[in-house]
Amino acid sequence: MKSKTSLILAFETSCDETSVAVIRDGRKVLANEVATQIKSHQRFGGVVPEVASRHHIEQITICLEQALQTAQVDYADLSAVAVTYGPGLVGSLLVGVTAAKTVAWAHHLPLLPVNHIAGHIYAAQFVQPIKFPAMALVVSGGHTELVWMPTENQFEIIGETRDDAVGETYDKVGRTMGLAYPAGPQVDQLAQQGHDTFAFPRAMQDEAGYDFSFSGLKSSFINRVHHAEQVHEQLSQVDLAASFQAAAVDVLVDKTVRALHEYPAQQLILAGGVAANHELRQRLASAVANQVRLVMAPAQFCGDNAAMIGAAGWMLEKHQVRADLDLNANPSLEFERIQLKKH
Amino acid sequence: MKVLALDTSNRPLTAAVLDGNQLLATTTITTERKHAAFALPLVAELLERAHLQPTDLDRVVVANGPGSYTGLRVAVTIGKVLATTLKIQLVGISSLATLALNFSDTNRLIVPLFDARNDLVFSGVYQTEPAGLKTVLPDRHVAFSRWILELQKFHDNLLFVGQDTLHFVDQIKESFPTAVVVSGPKALPQAGELGLAGQKQAVVTDVDHFVPRYLRLTQAEADWQREHPGEEQHNYVEHL
Repeated sequence: MKSKTSLILAFETSCDETSVAVIRDGRKVLANEVATQIKSHQRFGGVVPEVASRHHIEQITICLEQALQTAQVDYADLSAVAVTYGPGLVGSLLVGVTAAKTVAWAHHLPLLPVNHIAGHIYAAQFVQPIKFPAMALVVSGGHTELVWMPTENQFEIIGETRDDAVGETYDKVGRTMGLAYPAGPQVDQLAQQGHDTFAFPRAMQDEAGYDFSFSGLKSSFINRVHHAEQVHEQLSQVDLAASFQAAAVDVLVDKTVRALHEYPAQQLILAGGVAANHELRQRLASAVANQVRLVMAPAQFCGDNAAMIGAAGWMLEKHQVRADLDLNANPSLEFERIQLKKH
Repeated sequence: MKVLALDTSNRPLTAAVLDGNQLLATTTITTERKHAAFALPLVAELLERAHLQPTDLDRVVVANGPGSYTGLRVAVTIGKVLATTLKIQLVGISSLATLALNFSDTNRLIVPLFDARNDLVFSGVYQTEPAGLKTVLPDRHVAFSRWILELQKFHDNLLFVGQDTLHFVDQIKESFPTAVVVSGPKALPQAGELGLAGQKQAVVTDVDHFVPRYLRLTQAEADWQREHPGEEQHNYVEHL
């Protein structure tokens, strides 16, 4: 039997990017329209939820039409509509969820409810098909977690941050250095020119389990900078950035490597906005080189985008996971947290 | 003309399907808070009962504010996405005017009112005329105490309408002893009326830029503008 082509229209509006994409067979990106609101939220030093929601409704049909035009497909060609329904900002999520439900209803298409984190992980499919069992390190402005996938469509959290997400820590540290929001990529840039001279703490490295913590590192950084200001000491910006980044990356790499010892994965997937970080990519690649095949989401699909939602939607389509028209946003949607194996 | 009308601006959720002047199906619910979840299932059910397919629709009419920000975005998103995806006409009507549409037989000036908390209200003044509803004072976000003063010029010939008039009834009666205050079922928006009125209105020419009439900046933007006079721009969103 010849299998039907999957052609998914995908929506993503969980935070401050409005995105609509068209994905063929889970791996081929025919269109990925992204409207970013970064410039707007720079005014406030971070994302303001109501402002984000207002921008989403301004952009949603523009992105929809542009995506279909770029992909050169019509509604009649589509096999399903996928949408991020959580986690994220509720008001933002609702614009995408409502738009996706409307299109699905208007054209009698199945509706695929996608977890945003599964979307980030499935961006790996744009490099190569995911092989199971797989492990994913998801790092972004809102998330820092190790996700174990024993088989397809099974996601289990084995470790996550107990306080700040790593991307959030980058932004806060960057703000302390006087960098504009979002500061993460700039901190990464500066770090590449400096050295790890400040010996910031590596949190949780000695503890069993795979949870992360970045608030201690953040406080230590901010205290150091404030102390220098008080005594009029001039600190090297590049060394500060390099020292912070070394500490953050040490913790991420260390926990991931240890998790892989206990969970024998065929692939390690690095995903999320912070997956674009140069040092993290390099250090993780060399740390796991002899252990597992590392698949890193392409840089342009690391930030929030609907292409990855379409890729994860394709997996749901295969498994016949469907949502009804009463699908609601779930701002605190989470994968199941599993009990760790006993040593 | 086959019309879908929808209002999700506040607590009541109301939807209707019409064929010209003929109301085919309508529902109004006041017990449901999750408009985002239930507006579309309701729309789907009404079309089914009207024996219509989505593609049969010619026009979608939505109440476009003021009201609850999140609520407004439900109907406006459904409206603009339907208009885009089915290539049908879109009309937006004030959520306050939608309440005034319930009083086609009054000689009084109609003052629909939504409570915006902290003594603030969304309100306007409308008048029923043979050709339809006329705006006497446009919708605004205003302190109720100031609004009362502004309404003095109309003397006592007023009809206040809205579920939230209950919060202000003492002040209204004090300033306007003979004013009529309506807060019962007639103070609920009726999508049937919305759908009728929407057939007489000009259609939205730029569907992409159709957004809710919030009538209020976000706190963050208001604060920012105060601190950065003259720096406001208009290209805050960039396509990558």
